[in-house]
Amino acid sequence: MSENSVILSVKDLKKYFELHVGMFKFWGEPIYVKAVDGISFDIKKGEILGLVGESGCGKTTTGRLLTRLEDPTAGSILFHGQDIAKLKGKELKEYRRNVQMIFQDPYESLNPRFTVQKTVMEPLIIHGIGETYDEKVEMVIKALEDAELKPAEEYLDRYPHELSGGQRQRVAIARALVLRPQFIVADEPVSMLDVSIRAGVMNLMLDLRDKYGIPFLFITHDIAVSRYMADKMAVMYLGKIVEMSDSDTVVFHPVHPYTRALISAVPVPDPDHKHGRIQIKGEIPSPINLPPGCRFWPRCPYAQKGICDVKEPPLVEVEPGHFVACHFAEKFLEEEASMEPTENIKETA
Amino acid sequence: MANVLLDVKNLSVHYKILSGWVYAVDGVNFKLEKGHTMGLVGESGCGKTTTGYGITQLLASNAFIKEGSKVIFDGRDFVEMSTVPDKKLKGYRRIIEYHPEMRKYRWSRISMIFQGAMNAFNPVYKVGDQIIEAILTHEDITEEEARKRVEELYKLVGIPVDRIDNYPHEYSGGMKQRAMIAMALALKPDLIIADEPTTALDVVTQDRILGEMANLQKKEKVAMILITHDVSVVAEMADEIAVMYAGHLVETGTTRQVFKETAHPYMEALLSAFPNIKGEKKRLKAIPGSPPDLSNPPKGCRFAPRCPYAKDICLEEEPPVVEVAPGHFAKCHFAEELYGELGGERNE
Repeated sequence: MSENSVILSVKDLKKYFELHVGMFKFWGEPIYVKAVDGISFDIKKGEILGLVGESGCGKTTTGRLLTRLEDPTAGSILFHGQDIAKLKGKELKEYRRNVQMIFQDPYESLNPRFTVQKTVMEPLIIHGIGETYDEKVEMVIKALEDAELKPAEEYLDRYPHELSGGQRQRVAIARALVLRPQFIVADEPVSMLDVSIRAGVMNLMLDLRDKYGIPFLFITHDIAVSRYMADKMAVMYLGKIVEMSDSDTVVFHPVHPYTRALISAVPVPDPDHKHGRIQIKGEIPSPINLPPGCRFWPRCPYAQKGICDVKEPPLVEVEPGHFVACHFAEKFLEEEASMEPTENIKETA
Repeated sequence: MANVLLDVKNLSVHYKILSGWVYAVDGVNFKLEKGHTMGLVGESGCGKTTTGYGITQLLASNAFIKEGSKVIFDGRDFVEMSTVPDKKLKGYRRIIEYHPEMRKYRWSRISMIFQGAMNAFNPVYKVGDQIIEAILTHEDITEEEARKRVEELYKLVGIPVDRIDNYPHEYSGGMKQRAMIAMALALKPDLIIADEPTTALDVVTQDRILGEMANLQKKEKVAMILITHDVSVVAEMADEIAVMYAGHLVETGTTRQVFKETAHPYMEALLSAFPNIKGEKKRLKAIPGSPPDLSNPPKGCRFAPRCPYAKDICLEEEPPVVEVAPGHFAKCHFAEELYGELGGERNE
């Protein structure tokens, strides 16, 4: 693909939240939560990038940064070559017209006092699109039909409480679509939905991608869902991308020890599946006191003293299109999943 | 089956609401052997939690058990024990709160891991004290002995012993869940009812807790009913599976039978709608429509309006429960015909 097809390019993006804990804010250095700490990726036209990770790894913050619901601390977000990280006023409004977001909970993200028509029409009014009222209604109907709410006329006057969870999420999708965005951030859009409804909403998003070529940033904690939806997958751990490649490579040939543990922990709906567990110990440390060196070393079964706890590994391309942030990525790439865990330094030290 | 621990017969739990009844659980039958794990799967609102709570008779005050329901645990019928016929509502039984005999069973013989264990502990008491209290309520031992037992339990579930005197907010989500499991095991029960035990947890933590639960269960020979919406979790954990849809048990059998020789169209549809991380990537099939309103369920088969195989009879008559293979039951008019037909594409 040519360079031109890159719609959004993120470079070294950072977001630190300052903490004011009680009296501590009056003296000493301010304490920061490093929610997103230097991530870079590109999203091409018609591509779905799945951003996966455990809770608190910074995936939602990343989504909110891209829609500028949060202001980045550092780094750049290039949208068609223009840095939007510092946009203000009119230009920011114009950017927001092109970038839309679908939220996790369709029970919370729709105003209960708005009818479906009012909900979907609001963005048109805000951005002054459509000359007449009738034209706006037509656009709303078109968006609802795109979201497979047919016949759309029947839904116009309904309130959210009259709709099922799946229908609500479709209204939220229609609201995002009505502006004909060039990029959509979907933050856990199906995690509140039941299995039988979820498949329909996922298929709808895939169809919209095929029909309009809209790229998605698909944020989810569910790796099976991400593999189904995404062309490319990025695994986040404590504010950093640790591995990024096309979805099947991440699922079937993961290199980073964290990715391997994560993938092996996903339950498989097949009683014949042999569960090969790769155990990692402990739980995600707090993003306030990050461990020195590689962020994963205190839990990593392969961590080596003097290397992993000293130097932070950069995200490097180990094979075409496959990026890994690990000091031993090259070695793991060759050995596949057959390596023997070394003693963890924390225990020997 | 001499080893039957729990025998649920024709259990119906209905909720009385202002505008009538909600038929949450209707005519549920299953047996559970000692030391076995049964996965109770279904989507939200299908009655799986009500079934679980119906076993321990821990139901809301507007819940009534229909006459003829039986929950036989180790030879005793809980329904007979803890309910009386309601004076106003004919054909229904009312649950007596604080029934002294029933209390002997709760927690000491049947314990529960509640949905959202995050909030199941009282935030103003130390976690250890809450477990000690549960032990002292049921057993005549000293507080020191109870504390020793808690220390052992903490070792068993993998929480550092020095965390006994911490408050719930000092625990992480996974640790609270483990403490909940420790509490469920505290009185060496015969049966644990685990209601969505890992739903709020991250995959790595979920995997570890499920692994630990399976190990502990084998070691302590406890039977378990695992209530969940996640078919992949039951595939890994359960010996037997019961699939619920709209208050009915639509398919029961061993895990292999239900997954590999599916006999009910709903289970088939559920599996086709579920993304498999390791399987071949193909388009998922959504189930059209949505589950019925249980205050006004469809007349015939409750799945018929969404079922691709439905015929006229399905909309008229409630289907019988058919035994398609030994120990494998499906509630469908066409179970015999569909058995062997379904799941062929998936298993290839």
